[in-house]
Amino acid sequence: MKRLYLALCAAATLLAAQLAVAGVRIEHWLSPSGARVYYVASRALPILDVQVDFAAGSVFDPAGKSGTAALTRGLLDLGAGDLDENAIADKLADIGATFGGGADTDRASLALRTLSAADKRVPALEILRTVLTAPRFAPAAFEREKARTIAGLKDALTRPDTIAGRAFWQGLYANHPYGRQSTPETVAAVSRDDLAAFYSRYYNARNAAVTIVGDVSREDAEKIAESLVSGLPAGQPASLPAAPALPKESRQVIVHPAAQAHIYLGLPAVERGNPDFFPLLVGNYTLGGGGFVSRLMKEVRDKRGYAYSVYSYFAPLRQAGPFQIGLQTKRSQARDALAVSRSVLETFLKEGPTADELTAAKANLTGSFPLRLDSNKKILDNVANIGFNGLPLDYLDRYQANIQAVTAEDVKRVFAKYVQPAHLVTVLVAAD
Amino acid sequence: MVCNFNRKPLESPGMSLQKPKLLPPVLFALLAPCLIAAAHANPYETTLKNGLRIIVKEDHRAPTAVQMVWYRVGSIDEVDGTSGVAHVLEHMMFKGTPKVGPGEFNRLVAAAGGRDNAFTSRDYTAYFQQVPKEKLPEMMALEADRMRHLTVDAKEFEQEIKVVMEERRMRTDDNPQSKLFEQMNAVAYQAHPYRRPIIGWMNDLETMTAADARAWYDQWYVPNNAYVVIAGDVDHQAVFALAERFYGPLEGRPLPARKPQAEPAQEGLRQLTVKAPAELPVLLMGYKAPVLRDSAKDSDPYALEMLGAVLDGHSAARFGKKLVREDKVAVSAGVEYDATSRGPGMFYLHASPSEGKTVADVEAALRAEIARIQKDGVNEVELKRARAQLVASQIYKLDSVFAQAMEIGQTESANLSYKDIDRMLQKLQAVTAAQVQAVARKYFNDDSLTVGILEPQPLDGKPRRPAVATRH
Repeated sequence: MKRLYLALCAAATLLAAQLAVAGVRIEHWLSPSGARVYYVASRALPILDVQVDFAAGSVFDPAGKSGTAALTRGLLDLGAGDLDENAIADKLADIGATFGGGADTDRASLALRTLSAADKRVPALEILRTVLTAPRFAPAAFEREKARTIAGLKDALTRPDTIAGRAFWQGLYANHPYGRQSTPETVAAVSRDDLAAFYSRYYNARNAAVTIVGDVSREDAEKIAESLVSGLPAGQPASLPAAPALPKESRQVIVHPAAQAHIYLGLPAVERGNPDFFPLLVGNYTLGGGGFVSRLMKEVRDKRGYAYSVYSYFAPLRQAGPFQIGLQTKRSQARDALAVSRSVLETFLKEGPTADELTAAKANLTGSFPLRLDSNKKILDNVANIGFNGLPLDYLDRYQANIQAVTAEDVKRVFAKYVQPAHLVTVLVAAD
Repeated sequence: MVCNFNRKPLESPGMSLQKPKLLPPVLFALLAPCLIAAAHANPYETTLKNGLRIIVKEDHRAPTAVQMVWYRVGSIDEVDGTSGVAHVLEHMMFKGTPKVGPGEFNRLVAAAGGRDNAFTSRDYTAYFQQVPKEKLPEMMALEADRMRHLTVDAKEFEQEIKVVMEERRMRTDDNPQSKLFEQMNAVAYQAHPYRRPIIGWMNDLETMTAADARAWYDQWYVPNNAYVVIAGDVDHQAVFALAERFYGPLEGRPLPARKPQAEPAQEGLRQLTVKAPAELPVLLMGYKAPVLRDSAKDSDPYALEMLGAVLDGHSAARFGKKLVREDKVAVSAGVEYDATSRGPGMFYLHASPSEGKTVADVEAALRAEIARIQKDGVNEVELKRARAQLVASQIYKLDSVFAQAMEIGQTESANLSYKDIDRMLQKLQAVTAAQVQAVARKYFNDDSLTVGILEPQPLDGKPRRPAVATRH
């Protein structure tokens, strides 16, 4: 029916074009300047998305100056070349284009969404190029953004979820930059020169991945990529710090007046590109990843009404990213809820998933695959992830097969390897 | 199973350096000339004999589909003593029917490779599943089953009401900005049901019974009080046939009369303060404002939308440029206004003061910006910019099948027709500078204003920011 329908309306409407039936066709090349480029043609809608990722996240913050990466990224589009910050914002708005992105642990991103018509696309890309290659780091804007960052941080530091999250990361990565958190003091210590130095070290072509998705030809995509990065120095890829060590088992209890306790437990687990990620993903679906059908959800929420939200996940980073269980519950029952969660985890570590659970996990993870790719935005996210983390170009094509290949023994083996209770960090905030 | 606080006006201040903002949340049109032919036919619609409307938006870009079932019932329909029951019932909708046991709904959706959830707003309660397109019929069967055959089991209720109370603690009790918004509405509205929070007052949740939820279901969950929006890689004729098969046998029933409970005119400034652990003060100013009742004849709501875009449509719009960047009086400042709702409208201004500035300072600054428009109006460049963003946002929306279905559903929930979305967009584009100035003069006066202030309290009992304590 599908094919017939397509034949009938293909001539009539652009919307009939197919986007992602058999996965995504990624074209990859190195730009003359040395940047990695990833391109997916998607011509059905007159939209172009371009994302430029640098290995310039908070992991590279200078010691004592946590917040440098975020401020550097934040200042890029607040004045560049001949344009002051208002001119950049106004010009983008005039053509209906938007900038997105930000800095996270590993990565700093600048993403442009624009209409693909030349009269919109060309000026939008020119602004993006200017912002990438000639940021001003204007002193007035810098001081103001620093003050805003500190104000936001002070406010965030009153929130139980923020307090718990920071303590969790500090507990996991006590001797690794992933565990460093920006504070009002570290942000105050950042100077404009620090931003300029950070920018010149990390914002270079060989430390960049450019992802282009949408309504442009390959030829145009090549020109776009090169024009964006040709103004950057070739530079050197960022080098990562030594891998994080496993922490000792610990439990931190933090006093807070909130109505609900926030509880996190976990440890550093797995890095991007590790083949063990697939059995971890499949296993975690049963443990706490499968939305409303996981064991944690059943035991903590459905059976006991302890929490609105309870989950577990593996968040691979370029170096071992966290495995985390999280929940919030009325402060008086925090310790009971933690005990239930621990017990669910321990049972799972001992027994692994049942045959039915394994089947259900695979059915959902493979069956939902089309939903991961049904918009340009989702394709952009996936392809940028592949590009930034250096995953194989056929990662998406092989995704379902990799899930299908997982056995119950695989799950038990990798959980025993990566989730060792002797290294679990537990944080409770606002628990009685 | 989430509460939908779409209309919550606040966002975390200070942390985001830029704020991409789509213009009106509900307007949608196919603007590219080559698409106009398709626009007339698509979406497609039929009405079953039991009164259930089926609206299908075909979009064949990817082999997925979304089903949304919208019930015309939300917290607006609640009465005192059972606030929050619309949302509690939303949770109970996952707790089983004679055919599908408790928790089975989620399990079946997951097994189909789908994602599902639900949301309750003031005006509606909606349920959705995103699935590979082959699984759509199964999803329709599941939704049809629980439209008329829900089991509201007392034991299940006993557990689930605890979950909802945890949800309230998370969303509101421990969230100072949500609390401010909740209190704001309780003060701004005295008669209209919008004075009650969607999640419900804690004491109403504590005393709610399975019988309350059951009564709610029996009263409102009927096909003639619902519509189904399906979007994605589907053939509308096939969907209509499936709808007839699954939803067709359900019986309709007359609905109770809905009393308007109109809010009497406000006759003077109202003020409130919320004290909560926080660091940044928040100022929230709400002016009573009209919403669209007749998309052809009304004009003020369109002008208010454009006023919102001029003030806060992008990071260098007036608030960001003047208050945050030039004067540095605020770390954040913004506008929220939704021109479409079943109940009355409110135009919100909000801001948080910079270090060393006070709530009084940001209030004066917000007021000065409104006064400037009342006196001098807005310029053509600003309007042109707002129109350009509007046009682009309509195209960008086509990238998401889910967003397209949401837009149809939300427009209908406000008693407007998705068929008028094109016209609404044209009317918005046609707003003049004089109209923007006129609505700024007409609606921004203190007699219809409610001012809410979040007064931060230290976590440890020790004042940590003297400027806060003395700010007014």
